[in-house]
Amino acid sequence: MSFLSYFITGVSLGGIYALIALGYTMVYGIAKMLNFAHGDVIMIGGYIAFVALSSMHTSVFTATVMSIVVCILLGVLIEKIAYRPLRDASPLAILITAIGVSYFLQNVALLIFGSAAKSFTSVVPKIKLNLPVNITGETIVTIIVTIIIAVLLTLFVNRTKSGKAMLAVSEDRGAAQLMGINVNNTISLTFAIGSGLAAVASILLCSTYPQISPYTGAMPGIKAFTAAVFGGIGSIPGAMVGGIVLGIIESLSKAYISSQLSDAIVFAVLILILLIKPTGLFGKKINEKV
Amino acid sequence: MLEVNDLQVSYGVINAIKGVSFSVERGEIIALIGSNGAGKTTILHTVTGLIPAKAGSIMFEGRELTKTPAHKIVGMGMAHVPEGRRIFGELSVYENLKLGAFTLSDKKIIEKNLQYVYELFPRLKERKKQIAGTLSGGEQQMLAMGRALMSNPKIILMDEPSMGLSPILVSEIFEIIKEVSADGTTILLVEQNAKKALSISDRAYVLETGKIVLSGDAKELMNNEQIKKAYLGE
Repeated sequence: MSFLSYFITGVSLGGIYALIALGYTMVYGIAKMLNFAHGDVIMIGGYIAFVALSSMHTSVFTATVMSIVVCILLGVLIEKIAYRPLRDASPLAILITAIGVSYFLQNVALLIFGSAAKSFTSVVPKIKLNLPVNITGETIVTIIVTIIIAVLLTLFVNRTKSGKAMLAVSEDRGAAQLMGINVNNTISLTFAIGSGLAAVASILLCSTYPQISPYTGAMPGIKAFTAAVFGGIGSIPGAMVGGIVLGIIESLSKAYISSQLSDAIVFAVLILILLIKPTGLFGKKINEKV
Repeated sequence: MLEVNDLQVSYGVINAIKGVSFSVERGEIIALIGSNGAGKTTILHTVTGLIPAKAGSIMFEGRELTKTPAHKIVGMGMAHVPEGRRIFGELSVYENLKLGAFTLSDKKIIEKNLQYVYELFPRLKERKKQIAGTLSGGEQQMLAMGRALMSNPKIILMDEPSMGLSPILVSEIFEIIKEVSADGTTILLVEQNAKKALSISDRAYVLETGKIVLSGDAKELMNNEQIKKAYLGE
């Protein structure tokens, strides 16, 4: 394979990380918490699509919609049951709860589906592509989907009233309430969007690496979190760029250095970036109150 | 129109507000003065629902506010210009003003309010595309006031509008408060700058460590020996 095909594969992998990272970064920006159960919402989304496709024999479209709907409901429910009662609690209590939710979801999946990985049939039809570079259909679909979502999300946040409410809540929750913005609803909406994107990411992920297990979401979740921090947590463009850069680094290290070491390299780069720019690529500097 | 009765607020075990009562009638400018830490900001935050009350009642036009969620209060006609302005620093001046009208849906009314705000503060119009965080302190105060006016409020709660501003700007801001009042908006003003606050108010309440110690006509309070010594520096 050529450099270009590794690069494009990296962009595609990065697109998946970016979609997941958006969930982390938006929830962090607006609810000021790290939702470590986000990776496991991806896993649930993958299983929903798996059941729909292999047991219910639905169309790819129906399976995708089902996965998105279930993930949105799950995300909103998790927020309502586990995080909302802790809205004013210490960050540590919320973090531990999030880790608890993560284990809970993994164990539910273990109970229902068992620990063995199941093979997932890619949702992208096998077509012989006549391209000068060696890339798969999944890669192309992932890149296109990521671009569409990035554009739609940017428009939503900057052009709609709900999007503006999200920006206001992320900057100053109290002042947003004084404007008449319902903070709880805004946070629910954020979880809904993040979880919906997680469902899309799960289908792309399970199509690229065609299997699913209760731990499918864990590693991509951590990497996407890394991508969000790398881009500057709380920043939407940061999560997109961070995800894609991370994917490219991972793909190129696998190709040219070592596939065993690729994860180590990814995290080493993260540490390096944070040493140089602690707030991440697009991170906001923390303003001192005057 | 606003009737606060025996209000108590506590932070954990500390009682910050120990039974405060005051009232604001339609069309008045009421000042709540007192030194740092007296509880002025806490009272305003409790009225607009950002802090829960421990006991007592806050009636606004016959409705109880202590049980009303914070985001519903602005829609009832009460706007709050918070201490430290708390504008949305990453958004433009125009976007900040639009957020002020978040509860309104009629585009014509929003546009009318916007023109009113631009008339009161021509500088905001000049800088409507500027990112709010890059404005000067005085401009940020104007933006915070303009943002509050965007919601068509019947009453505005203003918390320390003079804070950190030069004397010239303070006078300018107080002139505008008088203008807003003359246009029919009721004003509840919290200030450490007692002299300025009393000079434009109808009535005033003096707050000390969570209790009201004096109240009455603003002009009379200005001549009160105690007040002169403690707050007016004479």
